[in-house]
Amino acid sequence: MNPLVTILVAFRAVLRNKMRSFLTTLGIIIGVAAVIAMMAIGAGAKAQVEQAFAAMGTNLLIVMPGSTTSGGSFGGFGSMPTLTWDDLAAIRTEVPSVRAAAPQLRSNQSIVSDELNWTTSVTGTSPDYFEIRSWPAAAGAVFTQSDIDAGSKVVVLGQTVVERLFGESANPIGQTVRIGQSPFAVVGVLEKKGQSPSGQDYDDAAFIPMTTFAQRIQGGLGKYLTGTIFVQATGSETTQRAMKDVQALLRDRHHIAPGGEDDFSIRNLSEVASAQQQGTETMTTLLASVAAVSLLVGGIGIMNIMLVSVTERTREIGLRMAIGAKPRSILLQFLVEALVLSLTGGLIGVGLGVGAASWLADKFRWPMQIQVDVIAISVVFSALVGVVFGIYPARKASQLDPIDALRYE
Amino acid sequence: MVDEPLIRVADVEKVYKTGDVEVRALRGVSLDVRPGEFVAIMGSSGSGKSTLMNLLGCLDRPTAGSYRLAGREVARMNKNELAEVRSEILGFVFQSFNLLARTSALENVELPLVYRGVGGAERHRRAKHALERVGLGARLDHTPAQLSGGQQQRVAIARALVGDPKVILADEPTGNLDSQTSVDVMALFQELGQAGITIVLVTHEPDIAECASRVVVVKDGLIVTDRRQEPRPARAASTASAEVHP
Repeated sequence: MNPLVTILVAFRAVLRNKMRSFLTTLGIIIGVAAVIAMMAIGAGAKAQVEQAFAAMGTNLLIVMPGSTTSGGSFGGFGSMPTLTWDDLAAIRTEVPSVRAAAPQLRSNQSIVSDELNWTTSVTGTSPDYFEIRSWPAAAGAVFTQSDIDAGSKVVVLGQTVVERLFGESANPIGQTVRIGQSPFAVVGVLEKKGQSPSGQDYDDAAFIPMTTFAQRIQGGLGKYLTGTIFVQATGSETTQRAMKDVQALLRDRHHIAPGGEDDFSIRNLSEVASAQQQGTETMTTLLASVAAVSLLVGGIGIMNIMLVSVTERTREIGLRMAIGAKPRSILLQFLVEALVLSLTGGLIGVGLGVGAASWLADKFRWPMQIQVDVIAISVVFSALVGVVFGIYPARKASQLDPIDALRYE
Repeated sequence: MVDEPLIRVADVEKVYKTGDVEVRALRGVSLDVRPGEFVAIMGSSGSGKSTLMNLLGCLDRPTAGSYRLAGREVARMNKNELAEVRSEILGFVFQSFNLLARTSALENVELPLVYRGVGGAERHRRAKHALERVGLGARLDHTPAQLSGGQQQRVAIARALVGDPKVILADEPTGNLDSQTSVDVMALFQELGQAGITIVLVTHEPDIAECASRVVVVKDGLIVTDRRQEPRPARAASTASAEVHP
């Protein structure tokens, strides 16, 4: 019997009992749909985390000043400025695995435009900072090294601040805003960056040259850098080495004896990112395995119905054997029937899973990512379920004795 | 062996074992059937006639003895070889028709050719021809539920015919039919017999057996009577041919 005819015969048998076939495949449909939807949403969540950390900056290390001890009580990191401007310069020039470094001096300040005012985080930094965070200007330009050298009163605004001070889609370039007592010229507006992994609005920020910040807001440029240093390594492979090198450099510069405690701390953001990614991945795997169990249950459902079908069609099997069907043909027929059931269920499940994921993504604003490999694996797996759970009933059918089968009531 | 009979059963025994009990269903049966014969096998239930029929139909293998069908020894063949013999040489007609439900007459008749690997168009043509031969050329698309008992049995006969078998084996073909329909079906068998097809038919009704050219009576696993006779026409030839060739 040629394979095409076998498939046709199987399809016909499946269609002869439409309701039953549908209910049988339901297990597979739900299983496959659940696996695909879960994986799509999981992948979306993972991508979102990745994107959020990428928005913070790639291959990023943050160097924070150390803690103070006064009367036995430890202050937290950053409670005492231990990093100097010279440290920043040394990191920039003396560590080969470091691509760029920029300070981040922060203070919440009220910014006033002609008509409105808005309190936001004002950061004093250098032009490198925008590169480290891959955050270019959408309009105008970010300030330059000459602005730093001159201590110019220029400001680069985030999108949210622009909206608050000038209204939506306004062009504030060239306008003047007041920060504290000083007027600042708006020279650039940054691209929209969105939310941080913790839900903070990145765009609610303003940036001014670090020298201007130190003079106008911190009240004078001293020896110490009262803020943190953002360091970008040359690549993702060198992040670890850059961390060690910067640590060694700072210990040396701060004259810390071997065994002594660091008076600063370095955070590796890519480590935080990968930890968070692992969390989402674990969750996705967990959800998908639960869904996969329902696939297994679907397979058992197919086996059950195939067994019922073999019993019910005993006479048909006897007749087919009498008119010349070999045991192998009978085996093939029932195997293909199980395969048709499971594969059809798998394909419907793919459609349903993609639909469900899109619907959820749309309805709840969840990110999702349809993965072609997951779809392929699901389809192959459902076919496998059909074969594994179909082989026993099919063997049972093929081993029937034609005489008994014909006599079966 | 030019003049070897189509069916040669020699000293065939069949023993069934159910637990410790041995049942000797056939105890040394010999039977030759020549091409074109119309044999009726009679016997009460438990006589062994069904066992003999199953052996003749290559559905079962004898415990001892030889069975040569169309010059081939089939007594020791395996399941696959038997299936091939059934497919190529035999046609079956059953008491309960055994048509596939919710499947058109045409597809039912095509079924044996499917297992022979005959292609779609050829299968179609031959099935249509077989249905026309039994007088159902106008009901190709009807499912068994849409046909009367007599029509269903004629579909079954068409299915037996479609592979051009040398022998048609019919097991109580009129057992589920009323007397008028039985007459139609028997007339059809006689037609086929005249066309040269060998027919072996199991029945317990004497007036059905009268239509055959030879009657074999089985009792307690042995053939007790084997006589040739002038077959009684199932009905007047004119109406029979009118029915068969519409």
